[in-house]
Amino acid sequence: MDIIDILLSASFWTAAIRIASPLIFAVLGELICERAGVLNLGIEGIMVAGAFAGWMAVYSGTDLWTGVAVAFAVGMLFGLVHSTLTVPFGLSQHVVGLGVTLLATSLTYFAYRLFLPEVTSPPKIEAFQPLEIPFLSDIPIIGPALFNQTPLTYLAFISVGVVAYILYRTPLGLALRAAGENPAAVAAQGLSVTAIRMGAVIAGSGLMAVGGAFLTMSAFDSFFFEMVNGRGWICIALVVFGAWRPGKALLGAILFAAFDALQIRVQQTEVGADIPYQIFLMMPYILSILALIVMSRRAEVPAALMVPFNKGER
Amino acid sequence: MRLEPIANPSALRTLMPPALAISATVVIASLLAMAAGANPFAVLGEILRGAAGSQFALLETLNRATPLIFTGLAVAVAFRAKLWNIGAEAQLYAGALVTVVLGTGALGWSSAALIPTLIIASLLAGALLLLVPALLKVRLGVDEVVTTLLLNFIFLLFVSMLLEGPLKDPMGMGWPKSPRLIDEARLPRIIDGLRLHWGFGIALIAAVLVWVIQARTTLGYEMRAVGLSRDAAKFAGIPVGLVLIKTALLSGGLAALAGFSEVAGLKGALTLDLSPGFGYTGIIVAMLALLNPLGVIAAALFVAGIFVGADSMSRALDVPTYLADIMLATALLLMVLAILLTRFRVVRE
Repeated sequence: MDIIDILLSASFWTAAIRIASPLIFAVLGELICERAGVLNLGIEGIMVAGAFAGWMAVYSGTDLWTGVAVAFAVGMLFGLVHSTLTVPFGLSQHVVGLGVTLLATSLTYFAYRLFLPEVTSPPKIEAFQPLEIPFLSDIPIIGPALFNQTPLTYLAFISVGVVAYILYRTPLGLALRAAGENPAAVAAQGLSVTAIRMGAVIAGSGLMAVGGAFLTMSAFDSFFFEMVNGRGWICIALVVFGAWRPGKALLGAILFAAFDALQIRVQQTEVGADIPYQIFLMMPYILSILALIVMSRRAEVPAALMVPFNKGER
Repeated sequence: MRLEPIANPSALRTLMPPALAISATVVIASLLAMAAGANPFAVLGEILRGAAGSQFALLETLNRATPLIFTGLAVAVAFRAKLWNIGAEAQLYAGALVTVVLGTGALGWSSAALIPTLIIASLLAGALLLLVPALLKVRLGVDEVVTTLLLNFIFLLFVSMLLEGPLKDPMGMGWPKSPRLIDEARLPRIIDGLRLHWGFGIALIAAVLVWVIQARTTLGYEMRAVGLSRDAAKFAGIPVGLVLIKTALLSGGLAALAGFSEVAGLKGALTLDLSPGFGYTGIIVAMLALLNPLGVIAAALFVAGIFVGADSMSRALDVPTYLADIMLATALLLMVLAILLTRFRVVRE
């Protein structure tokens, strides 16, 4: 099979959109945090926690959407931990973020072992099934890719619109962006920078957790150790790639996912069989670094990103 | 609420927050142990016994602390200059890699020549690996947090590729494992018959050397200045970019020594599970040590003790070993908060 054939097949684009979906949620979550001025390195662990919490809720008998809500709530909880330490106390966002990742990951693994002590293969749940949208899904190639996905994928796309609308068309969005650009001006308006930033981190962390939940509730039907596997870190690179804009971040996530879907397929071609598989697995990470290098030239970093704000001093 | 600096913190003020942080960590661990159906006192007792209850346990803790001293120093050196090296894991494998490339027979030298060569080669390999993100940061402003993190994944895949290809041990029964080091490349034991090897001694020497560099040399002063404020350092005429590059070389080299010491001292060969995340745990070690090189020794012993103790506790009481990671993450977060509260007071408005 030729690369052109792969690129023209509907199954390839369907896979690309599916791979992009968890990234879209998590990139949006990180983007909200960073737009408000907080780098959230807890993302990797929060995704792990979300993947487990959503799956565990469904496994214990709730319906799928309740599971998504549970994942969101668990994400918000870790967002609360992160933002309490980094916003009012102004502690190092790097250290706290890595601490939250370790805490969320180890708590999740601990809980998994506690709830399922004896299992060798993790139990499966009835995951989200593809929801075919009539007529639209009949369009060649992009029809099945965009309109025959699970509801969570549709939710991911809707979230991009909602986040973009809130960021650019509402006073809340203006205040949030200003908190990341010029917090002193926000405070001068009589608004609380602390409240805005904490709210952004809490909401953003909720979205990251839903991104993780996509893995256990839509892409797969079970929870595995290491299943998030660096996706969170990739999302941090994607936020930079998307220049802190929801639309561009969506595009970045899809491009990245398309590349990921492509490498899996190229591995199965005759040319690909001769190349060590590790080269293909490296590609997403190398691509992320290259994207960072390219984008660094026209950085539009929120000016107050990683700068703690304390009224009256510093 | 607002933070107000405290001019002269009292002894109580300095000691209370860290003590509370440690107590809170113990309380949380106890609650989780109870959730797992175990007696919390038994759990803490087992951890203590497993970490330091016998000569074997104690030496095991020292062995486990060895790579953590190296990675902890690597992180501490970098963080002090506010260079966020999250890539100690990859640098560790870089050191391990050159150790097996040069130490499995390519150089048929005596120990006296071979071991120093391996140390220098490891230092260079790790330094080189961190040089790339450091240059990207200094020249192009690319955030080193992401690049060093992603390099961990890339480098581990690279090692995996070599272990399944050119570096694969033909006698390895098909496992991705390098050939074993020749005897001349192995670090001797400190005491005959006991597992503790000279990697621990080298780690202690490294910690003292790093302390000397930081406290007594111009480079150490410049690193601190750059860490305190990059703008002020630039204004004072310190070549900030160059200092960051030197810091990166030192940090990467130190992390690589962890890989050298694990291969030459303990394992004798390179496998993909050489490090259970020593590079990442180094971040916790460095933070608990308040980035002080000599403090790193104590912090590494504490962290290693928790891991070794939790392993034997888990076997004895059937509580998941992840309890150790939870304790360390909690200790880390509460400790940074505690340190802040010794220096500032919270004022309500």
